[in-house]
Amino acid sequence: MASDSTPETDRDESGGGSGNESGGGSPDGSGDDSGEVVTLAHGAGGEAMRSLVDELVVPRFTDGDRTAGVGEGGVGLAALDDGAVHPIGDGSQAIVVTTDSHVVTPRFFQGGDIGRLAVAGTVNDLAVMGATEPLTLTCSFVLEEGTPIADVERVVESMRKTAREAGATISTGDTKVMGNGEIDGIVINTAGIAHVDAGDAVTDAGLRPGDAVIVSGTMGDHGIALLAEREGFDFTGDLKSDVAPVNDLVRAAMAAGEVTAMKDPTRGGLANALNEMADKADVGIDVVERDIPVSGAIASAGEVLGIDPFAVANEGKVVFGVDPGDADAVLEAIKDRPGGQEAAIVGHATEEHPGRVVVDTGFGRRYMSEPEGETLPRIC
Amino acid sequence: MSEETLQFRDPEQAEQLADRLEALMAEIDGSVNLMHVCGSHEQAIAKFGLRSMLPDGLSLRMGPGCPVCVTNMPEVDEAVAVAKQGAIVATYGDMFRVPGTTQSLADARADGARVEIVYSASEAVDLAEENPDEEVVFFATGFETTAAPTAAILVDDPPENFWVLSAHKYVPPAMEVVAEMPDTDIDGFLAAGHAATITGYGLFEPFVEEYEIPVVVGGFEPVDVMLGIERLLEYIREDTAGLENAYPRCVTREGNRAALETMWSVFEKTSGEWRGIAEIPGANLTLREEYADYDARERFDVEPETGGPDPLTEQCVCGDIMAGKADPDECDLFGEECTPGNPVGACMVSSEGTCKIWHEYGGHPDL
Repeated sequence: MASDSTPETDRDESGGGSGNESGGGSPDGSGDDSGEVVTLAHGAGGEAMRSLVDELVVPRFTDGDRTAGVGEGGVGLAALDDGAVHPIGDGSQAIVVTTDSHVVTPRFFQGGDIGRLAVAGTVNDLAVMGATEPLTLTCSFVLEEGTPIADVERVVESMRKTAREAGATISTGDTKVMGNGEIDGIVINTAGIAHVDAGDAVTDAGLRPGDAVIVSGTMGDHGIALLAEREGFDFTGDLKSDVAPVNDLVRAAMAAGEVTAMKDPTRGGLANALNEMADKADVGIDVVERDIPVSGAIASAGEVLGIDPFAVANEGKVVFGVDPGDADAVLEAIKDRPGGQEAAIVGHATEEHPGRVVVDTGFGRRYMSEPEGETLPRIC
Repeated sequence: MSEETLQFRDPEQAEQLADRLEALMAEIDGSVNLMHVCGSHEQAIAKFGLRSMLPDGLSLRMGPGCPVCVTNMPEVDEAVAVAKQGAIVATYGDMFRVPGTTQSLADARADGARVEIVYSASEAVDLAEENPDEEVVFFATGFETTAAPTAAILVDDPPENFWVLSAHKYVPPAMEVVAEMPDTDIDGFLAAGHAATITGYGLFEPFVEEYEIPVVVGGFEPVDVMLGIERLLEYIREDTAGLENAYPRCVTREGNRAALETMWSVFEKTSGEWRGIAEIPGANLTLREEYADYDARERFDVEPETGGPDPLTEQCVCGDIMAGKADPDECDLFGEECTPGNPVGACMVSSEGTCKIWHEYGGHPDL
């Protein structure tokens, strides 16, 4: 999942749960008005979660001051971006901080595992803030009694490899064990810290009318692969999570041109990322559906499951807003890097329909709305 | 996606059909209301933005085509009551959050009841086999496409700890009720291709004859939908009522005879209330007496004390939407009190529900 600088409330990395997960709470969206108990809807990234964070958490932690804790020129909790930017010294330098908790079923899946997810998720949240050189990561485990030690070993090894791939270290952490049934297997919290020149920090709110919108690769891989695996669908074809660090891709893009906004399209997928970017910048976004890369296997599985690849999580992709004059150069730079071969310009920001995303389907035009609640398999 | 599928997603073909619709509407010289009777049609229309390709004066209305949406509140209450009596209730994913009078199955699960999502009737049987000491009840919903598989399970000696709570529905009588509604004013029906895969398109012959209204069976890719509309407009221009199969790659005149035989050996048609629409004679599928041993209504107390429904539901216009009389954004609750995360009406729950579809894709062509 994604990682906001917000306290984590999600429980499902796929962005498209099945309704089969164990655990308490109602996965429906009925909880946001009741004010009584947390439901799974509070972790699904929609309205319920937003009201929980916006109304209950942010005012208390920021005391109503949008720059609380980060000072002038910083990016604080109230921005609800992927991480916080703390200017230091004379303000020309900054520290970027992010944290994220990870739970996923199954914990080992095609293309990755919870350990890779935990490291990549945090590296990527730093990266999309413009901080592509992670200084270090932290790692806290909460383990359920009865979890095989071999599983833990496999997860730790995967974290080591992924950190090395991203050029990161893990330098501090914590381990707790809870009783059987008290939590679900392995929960990992990671935090990340990086140092940037303040001018290099990029938010998800910087899109300007005319900017090109670029995605770094195929959409929906993680969410659909996981949902298919969790439900025991034996699809032919290559359904694999895309979980990977993206800091190298981001570094290449930023070196090639002016990146005005960035977001990793994790929970809620591309639809969520684009809507959030449009909303925060108060611009419209027009995209062309056929220009958005989706692998054949993911598209077919999505059709069968009735799940939109644009509405589920990616764990190794980036959405960029780029100055129109630099779009081609940035695209070429991304395509040149591992994981970026399928990158594409998928649309542009516009002054029209501010806050909304409109899709040209090749037939007509429609909205691409923010996914709400968890995605459930359909009846027919 | 296969090449075969992609040809039905060819914008050029759709554009040519759009031109043809324009020409036909000019010849008809008046407004035309067409109704589709399937949530999957609404999905295709909204997802591909097809309404923005239609000529002025041509209106595509939504019919009672979402099995989740037409499942009546007391039927959900029955399933909740069974779950609260300790049985494992298995159901399709999009039934999970449909509000009953006071609770949905999701609410029941949050209260500790065991509710499981399944993709098929056979998965519900698997659940019964995996839990021999539990009672497993399949809350069976859907039209012919899911009723036939439910029937197939029951004729195949399911385990003794398995019961069916049938809320299956049969579409043709509902079309008759809508056709007879004086204020609905429908000029032609686009019938659901997948239901017709089971029933065959010949099923609609008496309907066309009695109501003198054209029916075209259509598929779900954008070119399929545009073609179905084009065929309907041809009939309307000629002022004739006819029946046509515009989905021949899946549908035959006779349908799937074996599936039909099995379905009618297990179910009989009874009268029942369709949520928000009307009491419809012959439109509910009830287990025949021979299958009473598997009937959850025989085994469990399914008449819960529920009290009155949430007052908000009184404002919900799902019934008018499914009868083709209103659009989702004409409902005061739409997108405000009623959202996919917090649905008031059933149309906001299922991916086949018109309100959910409009919430996701927008329904208006004026972009």
